[in-house]
Amino acid sequence: MSMPFYVAPEQVMKDRAEYAQKGIARGRALVATVYDRGILMVAENPSRTLHEISEIYDRVAFAGVGRYNEFDQLRVAGVRHADMKGYSYSREDVDARSLANLYAQYLGQVFTHEMKPLEVEILVAELGADGDSQQLYHIAYDGTVVDEVGFTVLGGDAGTIAAKLSASYDRSWSLAQALRSCVAALAGPDRVLNTDDLEAAVLEQGSERRAFRRLDNGSLVEILGSANGASVVAPATEAELSGDDGEDAHEKGDDEHDGESG
Amino acid sequence: MTLPLFPPGADPGSSFADLVRRSEPGPPLRHELAVVPARAPYNPPSAPYSPGGVPGVPGALQGVGVPHATTIVALRYSGGVVMAGDRRATEGHVIAHRTIEKVFPADRYSAIAIAGAAGPAIDMVRLFQTQLEHYEKVEGTALSLEGKANQLAQMVRANLPFAMEGLVVVPLFAGYDLRRKTGRIFSFDAAGGRYEELEFHATGSGGRDAKNTVKLGYDPAAGEADAVQLAVKALFEAADEDTATGGPDPLRGIYPIVAVVDAAGYRRLAEDVVAASFESVLAASPRSPAGWESGRSGGGEDA
Repeated sequence: MSMPFYVAPEQVMKDRAEYAQKGIARGRALVATVYDRGILMVAENPSRTLHEISEIYDRVAFAGVGRYNEFDQLRVAGVRHADMKGYSYSREDVDARSLANLYAQYLGQVFTHEMKPLEVEILVAELGADGDSQQLYHIAYDGTVVDEVGFTVLGGDAGTIAAKLSASYDRSWSLAQALRSCVAALAGPDRVLNTDDLEAAVLEQGSERRAFRRLDNGSLVEILGSANGASVVAPATEAELSGDDGEDAHEKGDDEHDGESG
Repeated sequence: MTLPLFPPGADPGSSFADLVRRSEPGPPLRHELAVVPARAPYNPPSAPYSPGGVPGVPGALQGVGVPHATTIVALRYSGGVVMAGDRRATEGHVIAHRTIEKVFPADRYSAIAIAGAAGPAIDMVRLFQTQLEHYEKVEGTALSLEGKANQLAQMVRANLPFAMEGLVVVPLFAGYDLRRKTGRIFSFDAAGGRYEELEFHATGSGGRDAKNTVKLGYDPAAGEADAVQLAVKALFEAADEDTATGGPDPLRGIYPIVAVVDAAGYRRLAEDVVAASFESVLAASPRSPAGWESGRSGGGEDA
């Protein structure tokens, strides 16, 4: 046994970041976007029971990518924090921003002080009370928080997917349009995603106190039009990304998005 | 606040009460799911008998100066359960509140109604609602209806020391059992006993009158409208006999809260629906002028 080597702090941080990034990049990506009635979250996740997207509180949702056990522990901590806060004060006092800050503190603490950083990237989303102040907090493995506007992508290959999504993104699109674009962006140009491989949920404006709702396979098929969404996913042109959205037709869309779908 | 994280050995799991106990300082809990250490019983100096209290508990033990919530009723019908409660709270012989609510959604598929000391009862409802939702979110699936009833029984049992001091809470729990596809009702006693009721139940100071009314008109095959009507009638009859039960108050527009739990979940009936139901109960009552007239012309009713 020899004396421990001196390692420059820059090197330590760099190694930890690389380690975490590698772990996160191994998993599939997750997309969240606002739409006309709320927030849509879509992940590529073949499991029906090990969720990546979950409910935290009435209008707050959580999504995580990377190591399941690590982000699930964070999810449960978030539920606990929210339920305790809502019980001590009032249901209205539970918000995404304070939870996002707690997550950021914890992730930052682990990143700098622990041997192994958490290999996770998480999202805390809140549906605004007036329907127009949707919040998306994207928190990285090192505790960096980004207050995203419109949409965000978590996990492996996020840059490419975000670029694809930004081409079709429209802040007041319908759920069907948003879902199709998200699925197309997740699939990429040469893959077809089955609804079986998708996990999707929304925080939606409505009469219910709990705004979180999972989109099960049946409703995914209904919205996408077919079980494998092939017509949507195949060659992803601008026209097809917007797709035809049936009764949800969104009149305000730009002309360039109003093409015919295949 | 810091993020509530626990080492694997000390994880509170899906219990909200355990979570609060392990998070210092957490919100204070009255109905913890644990045995509360026994305390010296509080003996109020000869409190007057409170008609709003729970029958069977001596007047001296009824909480002094504490509002009591009174009559609640639940009954099964073909599609689920109906639950109703009047709006009055009493402090001794004084009306403390005219618009108190005694029927609450416990979660999407169940309802809880309360009788007894109003403060601890409403506290218990809040903790119960939080616990059911907390479990559902942490575990990813909701508790079974039976599991929910057992949780509530534990909370009532934890309230026993307070019950000994006069703060008795007697809830009534009803819901739609998604596994058995039927409505179910559970009643409780102050000591935490849990009993499944096969047809109907009523509790609180006017509970006996309400129960007798339901008993005389009960039909398990009845539809929702008939069941709602019967529940409303039961509260009306209870208010007629019991001073601590509030009747319909058209002057102020105060009507009982009536909720239905069926396969689609919990639904509170709109005030005008309840008001209309009262109208027809009144019209059909042999004591109302209209009912009396129709009874006389029909010749079926005797004096």
